[in-house]
Amino acid sequence: MMRYLPHTPKDIESMLAAVGVKDLDGLFASIPEDCRRDDPLDLPTLTEWELNAHMDKLAAQTVSWDTHRIFAGAGSYHHFIPEAARHVLSRSEFVTAYTPYQPEMSQGTLQGIFEYQTLVCRLLGMEVANASLYDGASALAEALLMAIRIGRTKKKTVAVSDLVNPYYRKVVETYFKPTDFKVETIPHKADGTADLDAIAAIDDLAGVAVQSPNFFGCVEDLQAAGEAIHARGAVFITAFSEPLAYGLLKTPGQQDADIVCGEGQSLGLSQSFGGPGVGIFTAKQKYVRNMPGRLVGQTLDADGQRGFVLTLSTREQHIRREKATSNICSNQSLCAMAAGIYMATLGGTGFRELAALNRDKAEYLKQALGATGLELPFARPTFNEFVVKFPKGFDAKWQTLLEEKKIMCGVPLVCYYPELADHYLLCVTETKSREDLDMLVKEVQP
Amino acid sequence: MNEFVGTQGLILNEPLLWERGRQGRTGYSLPTRDVDPAPLDDAVAGEGPDFPDLSEVEIVRHYTRLSQWNYGVDSGMYPLGSCTMKYNPKTNERQAALPGFAGSHPLVPSELCQGALRLIYELEHYLAHVSGLDAVAVQPAAGAQGELAGMLIFAAYHRDQGSSRSKILIPDTAHGTNPASAALCGYQSVPLKTGPEGVLTPEAVEALMDEDTAGLMVTNPNTLGLFETHTRKIADIVHAKGGLIYADGANMNAVMGVVDFGKAGIDVLHINLHKTFSTPHGGGGPGAGPVCVTRQLEPFLPAPRVVKTGAAFRLSEDFPKSIGKLNAFYGNFGVLVRAYSYILSLGTHLKDVSQHAVLNANYIKEKLKDIYHLPFDKPCMHECVFTDKHLEAHKVSTLDLAKRLIDYGFHPPTIYFPLVVQGAIMIEPTESESRENIDQFIATMRAIHREAEDDAERLTGAPRNTKVRRLDETTAARKPVLRG
Ligand SMILES: Cc1ncc(COP(=O)(O)O)c(C=O)c1O
Repeated sequence: MMRYLPHTPKDIESMLAAVGVKDLDGLFASIPEDCRRDDPLDLPTLTEWELNAHMDKLAAQTVSWDTHRIFAGAGSYHHFIPEAARHVLSRSEFVTAYTPYQPEMSQGTLQGIFEYQTLVCRLLGMEVANASLYDGASALAEALLMAIRIGRTKKKTVAVSDLVNPYYRKVVETYFKPTDFKVETIPHKADGTADLDAIAAIDDLAGVAVQSPNFFGCVEDLQAAGEAIHARGAVFITAFSEPLAYGLLKTPGQQDADIVCGEGQSLGLSQSFGGPGVGIFTAKQKYVRNMPGRLVGQTLDADGQRGFVLTLSTREQHIRREKATSNICSNQSLCAMAAGIYMATLGGTGFRELAALNRDKAEYLKQALGATGLELPFARPTFNEFVVKFPKGFDAKWQTLLEEKKIMCGVPLVCYYPELADHYLLCVTETKSREDLDMLVKEVQP
Repeated sequence: MNEFVGTQGLILNEPLLWERGRQGRTGYSLPTRDVDPAPLDDAVAGEGPDFPDLSEVEIVRHYTRLSQWNYGVDSGMYPLGSCTMKYNPKTNERQAALPGFAGSHPLVPSELCQGALRLIYELEHYLAHVSGLDAVAVQPAAGAQGELAGMLIFAAYHRDQGSSRSKILIPDTAHGTNPASAALCGYQSVPLKTGPEGVLTPEAVEALMDEDTAGLMVTNPNTLGLFETHTRKIADIVHAKGGLIYADGANMNAVMGVVDFGKAGIDVLHINLHKTFSTPHGGGGPGAGPVCVTRQLEPFLPAPRVVKTGAAFRLSEDFPKSIGKLNAFYGNFGVLVRAYSYILSLGTHLKDVSQHAVLNANYIKEKLKDIYHLPFDKPCMHECVFTDKHLEAHKVSTLDLAKRLIDYGFHPPTIYFPLVVQGAIMIEPTESESRENIDQFIATMRAIHREAEDDAERLTGAPRNTKVRRLDETTAARKPVLRG
């Protein structure tokens, strides 16, 4: 007996008789010997309480914000998730449904995603958002491929700022490797922003991506970037890993971005060792038919009532097959729901206040560290992440803090930028109290 | 039980979020402000988003009402072919929510995330064992990204062999993601015709396989619910020309404990954890599409990978031939936790899962084939495919049947797929359904058939018991309204 399998031996016997097969193995008669396994399955089988004990043990061998004070972001952020949001998200009608192929019995998912698309557009100042992609990294890769499609594949080069999250850039590399398109890297300036002068030297430019706030936490001048990029006739893509920043900052849409994409984990999703997050993807209306992924649209039913459906699917793999705008099928729908619920829970007033708190706390720590004489190498405004240069040999101290004080003092940038030894990327969200910040200053001051 | 499940409940109206609320409300407990506001440069400052302000009660009611317009596996039978809508065990949710998993930052040093790394490592080994292949990477975020990983591995392998090939053979029964994934790698798809028995023939492959063809992508069991009986022979043909075989393992639920994909000659396989391994589909993800390969192709797997030295686990990037990274971090880890928990809960019962899934599909096939047209009348695997041929005379279609099933309280099967079967009705009951539920589904399908004969309007006017009736999809696409 196994609790997920309802058939009794009697059920099986009578059903086999109806099928006209002697035993369960007889159901597999069509499988030839040269495809059959020789050995039986050899796997542990645990009871529910044994499983709990085993999983508790594994989970206890991984640190979390519960056990450590982690001042690290770099694409994964610890924000408080309200219980009400968590609760409604766990409604099994949302959790255990498939993609809404039958709209009459999926209006909950469909309206929820339509609302998500709308709130995301309002957050980023954009005209259309899709129902989600896998994560911020693959969203950026898809955005660059879309830029090439917009240029009717005549222009074969895209350029990406080296201050785009290095992991996103790696994923872009993976997606582009088998194509005959090229990815160029744009260097950065001393103030911690992309050096758009570099694109002048790149020919055949279909699209350019910058991230804001960028990997150093600095807010880019998107207006100027867009002007430079549009002057080259290229598609202007902006990426992000911390969407909460747009509670305070000018939107990319306001600054004429053509495609805005990034990671939405901050919006009500747990960090979960890096996934699942949600790839947010938005564009100007005129590019909608070039977009990857699913779209929910509003329509009317046979009685004239408002309802929602998946739409513009002639872009997609199940209709267009090899000519589709992307291969994506299942996306991160439940995570998009979570993001929608989270944005709705905060509301406009709450979202802005929370964003302000993130920045104010980060700014408090930044100024306090600066006041101890530590170098803050980049002058541009920042949101909830910033770079600090520590004295030579800080790596040992960083390790000690982690092991002895359970403090993770940021992410070492030297792993991504070999020239930036002793530079660390720190992150402060609303989850850190002033006490936490004062404590960190005390621990690291030179 | 003679009563049908479908009934009319109390359906509550609920407007869009921004048609509710009042400015100045919030559903969020804002943290105490313990630092002073820091001025922000006007040049970068914006106005903040125009979101509606709602209280916690309004949020909870809003989403509760929306959820009541939805139907999930927890509501009832969901025989959506090719999607394996099995029960999603609740214990899996508990495990994924443990603070050490849900609350962990992906960039902590390996010594501090041994539990998470061990879970990935062991899951990869379990999946290798179940599939019969040698090595697995769980990074891909869904089936289609698993396919992309597989195609990238094909391309990297051929590059490594000093060759470049431009084509890929894809059967006409394939899911749309297969040709789309191949196209992302620059491969031109060459359609391969399914034989008269509903499976590929070695002759058809022999005729098209050449040295400019990277290999073959095959779904096995295929999307007609049939096992590709010539897989081994076809693999030999493809291998003889230097090609590779990719198996789309979306239908793995039929063959656990029975088929050895390695022995069958498969080089690369992807598995959908959100199908076979019980992780909830979430209304369209998140899923996970681990990619499994032979020893020969292991160097090409996506990195970083978890490696074990002694008793310690660590993430390693040291795979120079790797196709690279597909996700910012390590894939949909929360989904991996659920699949791992499922495997440990079932263990060797995974074979029973496949047996029951196949039994249920064959039982439905036998009980309906006298009235619904069965294009391939032979034993099936985990799903059976009917058509609407016998309904045509009554001027009703597969779509009408699907909509009428909704009124009776069932999620419809997959319809109009695979494309090679006109008016396809693809039924996958999974192992989760009891004999009683299946009998009730069969009785419903038979009742609908009688209605088609006597009163077709009941089908063409369906559904009637839902929040909304049939929706105007044409106008939705012609004049798209994509935000409010
Ligand atoms: C046969 C087959 N292959 C591939 C896929 C794609 O999987 P996913 O939706 O996880 O990307 C599906 C899912 O519908 C499928 O049925």
